[in-house]
Amino acid sequence: MAEQTTKMATRKSSSAKKAARPVVMTDLTGQTLVTLRTLNEKNPASLATYEKLGGYAQLKRLVTEKIKAPEIINQVKVSNLRGRGGAGFPTGLKWSFMPRYYDGTKYLVCNTDEGEPGTFKDRDIIRYNPHQLIEGMAIAAYTLGARVGYNYIHGEIWQDYEIFEAALAEAREAGYLGENLFGSNFSFDLYAVHGYGAYICGEETALIESIEGKKGQPRFKPPFPASYGVFGKPTNVNNTESYASIPWIMQHGGQAFADLGVPNSGGSKLFSVSGHVEKPGNYEIRMGTPFKELLEMAGGIWKGRQLKAVIPGGPSTAVMPARAIENATMDYDGLSKAGSSLGAGSMIVMDDTTCMVKTLKRLSYFFYEESCGQCTPCREGTGWVYRIIERIVDGKGKMEDLDLLTDLSNNISGRTICALGDAAATPVLSFIKHFRPEFEYYIQHGKSMVDGK
Amino acid sequence: MLSAEAIEKIEYELAKYPKDRRQAAVMSALRIVQIERGWLSKESVTDVAKYLGIPEIAAMEVASFYNMYDLQPVGQYKITVCTNISCMLRGSDEIVDHLQHTLGVGFNEVTADGKFCIKEGECMGCCGGAPLLHVNNTHMHEFLTTEKVDALLEELNKG
Ligand SMILES: Cc1cc2nc3c(=O)[nH]c(=O)nc-3n(C[C@H](O)[C@H](O)[C@H](O)COP(=O)(O)O)c2cc1C
Ligand code: SF4
Ligand code: FES
Repeated sequence: MAEQTTKMATRKSSSAKKAARPVVMTDLTGQTLVTLRTLNEKNPASLATYEKLGGYAQLKRLVTEKIKAPEIINQVKVSNLRGRGGAGFPTGLKWSFMPRYYDGTKYLVCNTDEGEPGTFKDRDIIRYNPHQLIEGMAIAAYTLGARVGYNYIHGEIWQDYEIFEAALAEAREAGYLGENLFGSNFSFDLYAVHGYGAYICGEETALIESIEGKKGQPRFKPPFPASYGVFGKPTNVNNTESYASIPWIMQHGGQAFADLGVPNSGGSKLFSVSGHVEKPGNYEIRMGTPFKELLEMAGGIWKGRQLKAVIPGGPSTAVMPARAIENATMDYDGLSKAGSSLGAGSMIVMDDTTCMVKTLKRLSYFFYEESCGQCTPCREGTGWVYRIIERIVDGKGKMEDLDLLTDLSNNISGRTICALGDAAATPVLSFIKHFRPEFEYYIQHGKSMVDGK
Repeated sequence: MLSAEAIEKIEYELAKYPKDRRQAAVMSALRIVQIERGWLSKESVTDVAKYLGIPEIAAMEVASFYNMYDLQPVGQYKITVCTNISCMLRGSDEIVDHLQHTLGVGFNEVTADGKFCIKEGECMGCCGGAPLLHVNNTHMHEFLTTEKVDALLEELNKG
């Protein structure tokens, strides 16, 4: 991807005052490069590259000009940036929950534990543009008064973890991390830490437990991390892409970021496109881009086949049949109107040869395998659901199983400590809702309607 | 007893946390010792716990909770194939079949020469490169075909 040619495009922003026309970088494939600003450069991950593109200038400006926290938070609110980790919570609002005056260490945590099937965007940020994440975190730390930060990285992407650690060393060396930055009294230390194969650690309180060296079992909320986080101290947790958006927002203003998107969905966003497309990969596009355009960027459906279904935001978002997504736009409201949600922007594309029964079996296995086991409905329910679907795939299903699956899933949902319970129920409910005849056929014939096996 | 190199690496990790929070380094300490010794025996977990000054059970809980720690020997090369949805849609089953057929072992079994072990993995957050696998938790191989798998095995066999 890094070899793509650059063209610079300018776009008039309706309401940005100072910077009347923010320069929005795009590339020839039509990507809008905000969090992947360095993508067209030769050594995208290097400090020199990032500095050449104006990197760390915002951190320096905010710190040396002593810009006040409420002013920064206000820009983030204006930007309409919503948390990119999946829940879509407004980032500016979250920042305003951190206690302003607190006698002790406050922490900043970045969630790079992406392991929701179909999600691989944060990996590209840490391997192609790590410094923008570091600058975004340093700006957040300055704003929130956090002294120490951790970036918790999915253990499976070890080579990328090492790239990020190298970037941290570079940033420290250059004086962008550490004590008394730019001669001010602002100090910030940032470290990389890692998971080691547990999806549940993507949940923020499980992640905090893991940072503390424990098994990743989510905590009851409240208290929320803003009051009781890492080592029991006030902690702000954001996703990688959320933090990486901050330097751009500081440079061009919140309004310019909001204007990249549509009402209620500010900015551009990384969409991870996987499955049955010609060119799987990450595509950074403006919120509100039509699904059809994104599919076209990804080369369309592979092998000249037809689109059957899409999971638009990772398996914790409802599957959509082709007809439901074809005219949808890729933003929070657009996808929710069309019957699903944006999640982490993890678009899993399925062509007309896909057996939905077997696909659901694999997803149910995943949630069963990754349940941390604390809550009975989740632990028992996910196992039960998986065994029923396995039974159907083995040709031993009964018609009643479909209602049983629906009932069971409804009973997991909303009765658990964390959202993994709801996430596990979503594929079951939505697959059966939209593809019921396929399930019925499988039960009646003991084989798939699609592949005959 | 931990080796001097392991201790040096663990100290680097400990420096990331407050002095009175040594347990926080258990994730990386277990990783470091596993890489050095090939897998985590009970003794290895105990060594880590002792060095950090935490209860053995606390270290064991972590070692058994996270999938990438190996509490059984896994041979010289542990090959973990992601079989989750995005990989499955692009043929991970075929990759698994090919590996199992070529090496003559199923999931979680070690080849007779002690060289290879195949594991089923969950999503590695690299689904754009599907189908894929990683070797010994560190080296990712993406956009796999059966030919690429053969080439990889050949290379590892030399090593
Ligand atoms: C089961 C589960 C898995 C999650 N996985 C991730 C993840 O991999 N990355 C992430 O950023 N957020 C994940 N989240 C959401 C986090 O709990 C949290 O909301 C998020 O990191 C906050 O950052 P944001 O507001 O910037 O999105 C997950 C939540 C649940 C319930
Ligand atoms: S819902 Fe499932 S994963 Fe979440 S805390 Fe309960 S048992 Fe653990
Ligand atoms: S589904 Fe295989 S890496 Fe994500």
